[in-house]
Amino acid sequence: MSKRDRTPKTYTRLTHPLVRDSRDEPFRQASWQEALDRAARGLERNRGAFGMFSCARATNEMNYVAQKFARVVMGTNNVDSCNRTCHAPSVAGLSAAFGSGGGTSSYEEIEHTDVIVMWGSNARFAHPIFFQHVLKGIRNGARMYAVDPRRTSTAEWAESWLGLNVGTDIPMAHAIGREIIHAGLANEAFIARATTGFEEYRALVEPWTLSLAEKVTGVPARAIRELAHAYARAERAQLCWTLGITEHHNGTDNVRALINLSLLTGQVGRYGAGLQPLRGQNNVQGGGDMGAIPNRLPGFQDILDPATRLKFETAWDTVIRPHYGLNLTEMFEAMEDGTLKAVYCIGENPAQSEADSEQAVRRLRQLDFLVVQDIFLTKTAELADVVLPATAGWAETDGTTTNSERRVQRVRRAVTPPGEAREDIDIICELAARLGHDWKYADAETVWNELRSVSPDHYGMTYERLAEHQGIQWPCPSTEALEPTYLHGRLWEKDPARRGAPAPFGIVRHDPPVDLTDERYPIRLTTGRRLDSYNTGVQSGGFASPLRRGEYVELSPEDAEHYGVVVGEKVQVSSRRGAVVAPVWVDPALRPGLAFMTMHFPDDVDTNRLTIEANCPIAGTAEFKASAIRIDKLPVATIVR
Amino acid sequence: MTVTSLGIPRRLLEFTIDGEAVRAPEGSTILDACRAAGKDIPTLCQGDTLRPKNACRVCVVEVEGSRTLVPACSRRAEPGMEVRTDTERARHSRKIVLELLASSVDLSTTPQVAEWIKEYEAKPDRFGPDAARLNEEPKVDNDLYVRDYDKCILCYKCVDACGDQWQNTFAISVAGRGFDARIAVEHDAPLTDSACVYCGNCIEVCPTGALSFKSEFDMRTAGTWDETRQSQTTTVCAYCGVGCNLTLHVQDNEIVKVTSPHDNPVTHGNLCIKGRFGYQHVQNRD
Repeated sequence: MSKRDRTPKTYTRLTHPLVRDSRDEPFRQASWQEALDRAARGLERNRGAFGMFSCARATNEMNYVAQKFARVVMGTNNVDSCNRTCHAPSVAGLSAAFGSGGGTSSYEEIEHTDVIVMWGSNARFAHPIFFQHVLKGIRNGARMYAVDPRRTSTAEWAESWLGLNVGTDIPMAHAIGREIIHAGLANEAFIARATTGFEEYRALVEPWTLSLAEKVTGVPARAIRELAHAYARAERAQLCWTLGITEHHNGTDNVRALINLSLLTGQVGRYGAGLQPLRGQNNVQGGGDMGAIPNRLPGFQDILDPATRLKFETAWDTVIRPHYGLNLTEMFEAMEDGTLKAVYCIGENPAQSEADSEQAVRRLRQLDFLVVQDIFLTKTAELADVVLPATAGWAETDGTTTNSERRVQRVRRAVTPPGEAREDIDIICELAARLGHDWKYADAETVWNELRSVSPDHYGMTYERLAEHQGIQWPCPSTEALEPTYLHGRLWEKDPARRGAPAPFGIVRHDPPVDLTDERYPIRLTTGRRLDSYNTGVQSGGFASPLRRGEYVELSPEDAEHYGVVVGEKVQVSSRRGAVVAPVWVDPALRPGLAFMTMHFPDDVDTNRLTIEANCPIAGTAEFKASAIRIDKLPVATIVR
Repeated sequence: MTVTSLGIPRRLLEFTIDGEAVRAPEGSTILDACRAAGKDIPTLCQGDTLRPKNACRVCVVEVEGSRTLVPACSRRAEPGMEVRTDTERARHSRKIVLELLASSVDLSTTPQVAEWIKEYEAKPDRFGPDAARLNEEPKVDNDLYVRDYDKCILCYKCVDACGDQWQNTFAISVAGRGFDARIAVEHDAPLTDSACVYCGNCIEVCPTGALSFKSEFDMRTAGTWDETRQSQTTTVCAYCGVGCNLTLHVQDNEIVKVTSPHDNPVTHGNLCIKGRFGYQHVQNRD
């Protein structure tokens, strides 16, 4: 089977500001002066109905200035970024349990652990260099278990693959928890000292016998038992997850169910034992750390805490609204009911990345004013009133980003941006000046030092030290010392005062995917990434990958036979929300009834027309991982494309 | 029961290099100690992120009491050892190795080799123009990287990087035996029909430029490759949350090559296809 010759749409860089008077006109080039004036007027007239989409791919410094713009200039906490579409449940779950939203261990530790559980994570494809650390661990003797509906290339390295039904993660986790308790493998000393709510948890998981779990998850009871015993008996175990856990309508509950296992066994807060959510974007950790989320100020400090607010109000000479802002999902809902009228969107492409993309586009069109700041004219930018050309964070600006192991690292300018493209921070400051706030930042380091002054977790990280240590992990409160590579060691302290707040078990119940399969939509569609492509493909489409073969709907061999379709044959894929036409690929790693697609080629096959906007009520993340679809052979007469 | 030990503080061993007393941490190689002492030992097959392969023998030194010359890259330092790096015998051996390699392989893109040939007075030409060469056209079968086996010294670093030491993809291996040994993918097929995932971690470790970015290969062919005009800037990859460090090699404001620092705690010099080759979008400028 030869690979399909399909070059994705390549985007060229934006080099000049673009403006237009009404949405049905084409864009025309404008001077920076005119574009910024227009943007400022558009935002000014919508004060009180404003939302900021910050960028999980830009630097910490940019995110700091962006959230400051929303809070100080526009007076709102409505600031969020695409972390909402991926790992917000991890942050919500981890901070509910431990008071801090970061992954608890470091990459290096996974090389020195005994058991690795990769849950809902195809790291071999999506996080290849993290997976090299996993492979080192396996070569050092660790046993790896893969929990994933698909037998992925990650699962190929596993001791055992637990191919559960999509959306049955909580039954699986609860059954593991029950087995650990019943086998007498729970770490009772740790539970008593460092956790709360164990009795409730024990009652919660009691019904989830191995045989019931086998019925619900589709995984043999023996395999679940083996994983439970391996995890509980290990001296050190790592539990890693990605979007297979979070992109569900109950993503935060899923995360809590996994955290429960670490609390039950004491597999957290020690070297080599911890919880590791693998982040999808270069700065999705940092964006949240910088306060570009509606409920936290920089340094992940809670907005509802009056002392924290006072500190920032003094530092910024402003008044901070004492309530949480709208998150990305809520902002989209607010567009619908007309209470959000203006959006400043930096480096995001929600028109293609949101679940149920048709609805997202319709809502963006309803805005009174949309200003998009990006390096390309994305599908979202095409909907805007003003488009501002920015620099590429990773190669054209100075600053820092924060990775999945909380390591803050320097980003440096290597190439000169094209045309009149300007740095994000400059642009935001120009707009702030036009709206009455004259901010002066000589460079990214000035911004960083301001952040350090208000965030204790970052205080010790000077640019000089970041270069010296090749990045430093937070927390880093001192300019003299470095903290351990893992978090929450306090939970093991004998002295209750030093141990701090205990970690509560999450009392979460199984709730199957919202989009149920039935006779009309009998196939479960799940989504993910391929090795050589990234998200909506705007960047990764730019290079000639020999691995790229365009978008396919991947089916199990059994389903392909059932529908009488062959590789390369175009079929109609429909869900309750929309339909797309895509060619078939047959993947033996899929089980009957399970199909797989990516979102990498939305200009070609817009997979998010199929996905459901059923959101996690806590974190607001949509259920990208579970839609119900049907496959229809195209009648010959209708093959028009 | 934990399978891996976390290590204990390492002792310092005392021994001599060229008569001077040196101290090196337990477990270091002679090469580590020589470099720490400021001695220049040539190396080709040695890789700072790979286990020693002992293939090229260009780093040999004399050790008191050892019948044969020892490869500095793999021999561990021992207390009381007397190492001599610059004896007639060691120099002669290096000279022969350089002559044999340079007569049979195109070393035109091997860093530093010209200096070594001069220093050791190697005369690769003495084998005449008929010295065995592969005489093979570079393999250009994809848009990302090129394999020019005329430049291959069979050091196996690419095999190790692709195999169990880092990438664990096993696309690259040794085909043939003896004089017919060569580096190939399975069935000597084009890369596009192999297990290759285009991480380029083989390029990162290739000492001779036999494996190179297509951008570098094309610019060298066109005569525009000029390292004196290139800057190297280390930044962070934008493709996922792992946070790999990228060193962007930039010439005339174009990214022409991407490497990663070998001592970086996140990457150890390794990248994936997106980090290594996925930079083009920033320079699609018109």
